Amino acid sequence: MKIFALAGNPNCGKTTLFNALTGATAHVGNWPGVTVDKRDGVYKGGSEPVNIVDLPGIYSLSPYTPEEVISRNYILDEHPDGIINIVDATNLERNLYLTTQLLEIDVPVIVALNMMDEVEKAGDKIDAKALESVLGVPVVEISALKSKGIKQLMDRALAMSAQRKGTTVLKGVLDKQLETACAYYEADEVKSPLFHAVKLLESDEIELERKGAKDALEKASSGEDLEAVIADERYKYISTNLSSVKVKKADKGVLTKSDKIDRVLTHRVWAIPIFIVILFFVFHLTFSENLLFLNGFTEDMGWMPSLVDLGLATEEDGANNFGVEILAIFYDGTVYSPGVILTNFLNLFLDHISDGIVTLMENGGAAEWATGLVGDGILGGIFAVLGFLPQILTLFLFFSILEDTGYMARIAFVLDRIFRRFGLSGRAFMPMIMGFGCSVPAAVNTRTLADEKERTATIRVIPFFSCGAKLPILTAVAGGIVTAFGVGNADVITFGMYVLGICAAIVCVLLMRNTTLKGETPPFIMELPAYHLPLFKNLMIHLWDKTKHFVKKAFTIIFASTIIIWLFSHLSWNWHYLPDEGMQNSILASIGMLVQPIFTPLGFGSQLGQFGWVFAVAAITGLIAKENVIATFTTLALCIGAYAGNGTEEGIEELTGLITVITADSGISQGQFIAALIAFIAFNMTTIPCFAACATAKAELPKGQFKWTLLFWLAASYIVGAIIYTVGSWWWTLFIWVAVIAAVTALIVLRNLGKFDIISIFKRRKS
Amino acid sequence: MSKLLSEFTVGESGKIKAVTGEGKIRRRLFDMGVTPGAELIMRKKAPLGDPIEITIRGYELTLRKSEAACVEVETG
Repeated sequence: MKIFALAGNPNCGKTTLFNALTGATAHVGNWPGVTVDKRDGVYKGGSEPVNIVDLPGIYSLSPYTPEEVISRNYILDEHPDGIINIVDATNLERNLYLTTQLLEIDVPVIVALNMMDEVEKAGDKIDAKALESVLGVPVVEISALKSKGIKQLMDRALAMSAQRKGTTVLKGVLDKQLETACAYYEADEVKSPLFHAVKLLESDEIELERKGAKDALEKASSGEDLEAVIADERYKYISTNLSSVKVKKADKGVLTKSDKIDRVLTHRVWAIPIFIVILFFVFHLTFSENLLFLNGFTEDMGWMPSLVDLGLATEEDGANNFGVEILAIFYDGTVYSPGVILTNFLNLFLDHISDGIVTLMENGGAAEWATGLVGDGILGGIFAVLGFLPQILTLFLFFSILEDTGYMARIAFVLDRIFRRFGLSGRAFMPMIMGFGCSVPAAVNTRTLADEKERTATIRVIPFFSCGAKLPILTAVAGGIVTAFGVGNADVITFGMYVLGICAAIVCVLLMRNTTLKGETPPFIMELPAYHLPLFKNLMIHLWDKTKHFVKKAFTIIFASTIIIWLFSHLSWNWHYLPDEGMQNSILASIGMLVQPIFTPLGFGSQLGQFGWVFAVAAITGLIAKENVIATFTTLALCIGAYAGNGTEEGIEELTGLITVITADSGISQGQFIAALIAFIAFNMTTIPCFAACATAKAELPKGQFKWTLLFWLAASYIVGAIIYTVGSWWWTLFIWVAVIAAVTALIVLRNLGKFDIISIFKRRKS
Repeated sequence: MSKLLSEFTVGESGKIKAVTGEGKIRRRLFDMGVTPGAELIMRKKAPLGDPIEITIRGYELTLRKSEAACVEVETG
C-alpha cells in the first residue's frame, strides 16, 4: 500500500482533511519516544487504498521543537511515497514557507490549497494553475470542511511519478555555497542531498552533528551567517511570485469578524473577568448538582422537593420503579448539570450490570469470597474508574471547544505575564485549571506545551489542584473535625486546603524550574489563529480517541491494581477470606500497621495508638481512586466499632466516631489531632494521585521521568504534611521551617549564580 | 527612523530592518515570518502589558516584549 504523509502548518485544516480522507479508520498512537500524537488511517476512495500518515502541525523543518524533528525524520527516514502539503489559502505567505522547505526533499509533493472559499468570500483571488507552474508540483483546490476536491486531490496524488528531485528557491542566490555543501553529502551518497545542504548552510544543529559537517559548512559558507539570508530569500521568493498568483482586493481597513471578537475577549479590562466567567460555566456545567442555581444559591434557599418528598422514592429502598430511577438521573431535589446527568446515567447502567452479575452468582451458589471479589473487587474497582468517564469527557469537550475556536491561544496571550514569573508560559494555565476537575484530561492537555521541561513540571503539580474526587475527603475530614471537636468552620477548612494546594504548586514549580528542571523560560512566539466554529465531527473523533484510551487503561492497569488491593484487604496472612467487617485482620491492615510509624512526623502515625493504621490504609487505598479514602474510613469505622449506624454518604459521622475512639484510646491532645487530620488531607491532596491519573501522567511524561515524578509526589506530600502537623502542634516550629526553607532557597540561588557548587566541594574533599 | 519592536505603541507600523537574538529565538522568529523586509503593525498589548500582538504577513502573531526586543523596525 502506498503511504502519503500529510504535512502543514498548525490551524490550516489538516485535522479536518485527515478526518475527511480516512473517516473512521484513523488510528491514534504516539510517535516512538515522544508524546506527540501519531495518527494514521486508510483512504479508500481512490483506485487503490492509500495509507495516510498525519504529521504534527509545523511551521518549518528546523530542529527546535519535537514536532518539527518528528516530521523531518519521518519524511527523511521512512520514505513516504509522497507528501500532501496542506496550505491555508487565507494565509498563503507563511504557509508556503514550509512548502519551500518540503520541496527541497527528494520526494513527490502535492499542494492541497485549502479554505479557498474563505479567500473568495474576502473578495481575493488565487490562481491555482499559476501557483502550480511557479512551484513545479501539482496544486489542487480543496475545501476540507465541505469535503470538496478530496477525490481530485487523491487522484492527482496517486498519478504523481514515484521519483522527484528536490528543488530549491535559493537557486541563483547561493549557487556556489549550495554546490559545495551538496558535494559533501553526495560524496557519502546521502539521500536528499539538497535538503541537507540547505539545512547545513542554515547551521542546523542536527546537520552539524554529522562527521565533518563543521568543516563542510566552513568551506561552503566561508564563515558567513546564512541563516537570515536563507529565511529572507524564501520569503522574498514567495512574495515576488505571489503577486502574479494572488489578486488581493483593495484593503478596506474593515475589521474582520475575528477582530471584533478579539476586541472583546482580549480587552484590556474585561479579558480576565470574561475568562473567569467562561471557566466558571465550564466547571458548573460539568460538576454542579444545582444547575444554574435553580435551587437557590445556598442550601437554606433550596425549594425543590426531593423524590422522597414527592413520595416517588423511599429512604431505604430508593426509587419505586424504573421510571423514577430514570427521573433521578436528571432531578432529585435539585436539577443536575449535564456532566452529572451523564455520570448518573452511566452509574445506573453499571449498577444494574453489577447487581445482575452478583445476584446471578449468589443464586448459582458461588462462595461468598467469589461474589465479593467479583462484585466489590473487580466490578466495583473498574466501575469506580469508569464512573469518572462522563465528567472527564464533558470537561474535555468544553476545553476542546475552547481550543478549537482559538480562544485558548488568547488565554495564553492574556495570562503569559503571570506565568512567566514561575518559569512557565501562559499555555500552562489551562492544564492546571483543568486539574480542579480531573487530573486525567489535565495531563493530556499539557501536550500544548512545546517545552519538555515545562510540560514535566506542569504534569507534576497538576494533582495539587485538588480534583473533584478529592473534595469528599476534604468535606468529610473537615466535617469530622468540626463535629468531633466543635471548633472551626468546615467550609473555611475546605477552602483553605484548595489555597494550600495552589501555593504548594507554585512553590514546587519554582523549585523545579530552578533545580532539576532548569531551563530558559520557553519562548512565546505564537500564532493567534482566527476564531472559527469548532467542527462537531472533529470534536467527536477527538472524544472517541480519549474514550478508547481511557477504557483501555481501566481494563488493564487499573483492573490489575484493584484486584490486588481487594485481595490484600480481604485476605488474612494464612489466606483466609475475610468479610468487610474483618478488614482489621487483613494483609492490608498489617501493612498499614507496618507503615504507620512512617507517618508519625505527619501526625497520623504511631501517636494515634492501636487504631491509627486506618489512616495509613485509607491513604493506600486512595491510590486506586481518591473516593476510596472515605469509603475505607467508613468500612473501617464499622470494623473497629467506632460507629454503629447505617452509614452516611458523606462519611462525616463515621469519621467523628473514629476521631472520638482514637482520642480516647491514644490520649492525643485535641490540638495535635486537628493538626494531624489537616496534615492528612494535605497529604492526600499532594501525594501520588489515583491510578487513572498516574497512568495518564506516565504516558504524557518524557521517557524515564515517571519514577522521579512518583518520588516527587511522595516527597512533596510528606514535607507538606510534616510542616502542617508540626507547626499546628507546636507553633514555634514555624521558625525552624522558615529557617530551613530560607537556607535551601539561599543555597539554590547561590548555586544558580555559580557562587556555590556542591559537587566541586565534594570533589575537592576527595582529592 | 528605526526602533525596537518592544518600544512600539499600539497602532504603530513599520518595516523590519534586522532580527538579532540568540539562535533558537531568532530561528523561531524567522520561521514565523519575522524577517527583514516584512511589514508589521502593532495590534495590541495583553491586559498586563506584555506580551504584544502584531499583524505580519497577513496573520496575527503574539510575542513577548523580551523577544520583540530582538526585532529592529524602520518606522515612518
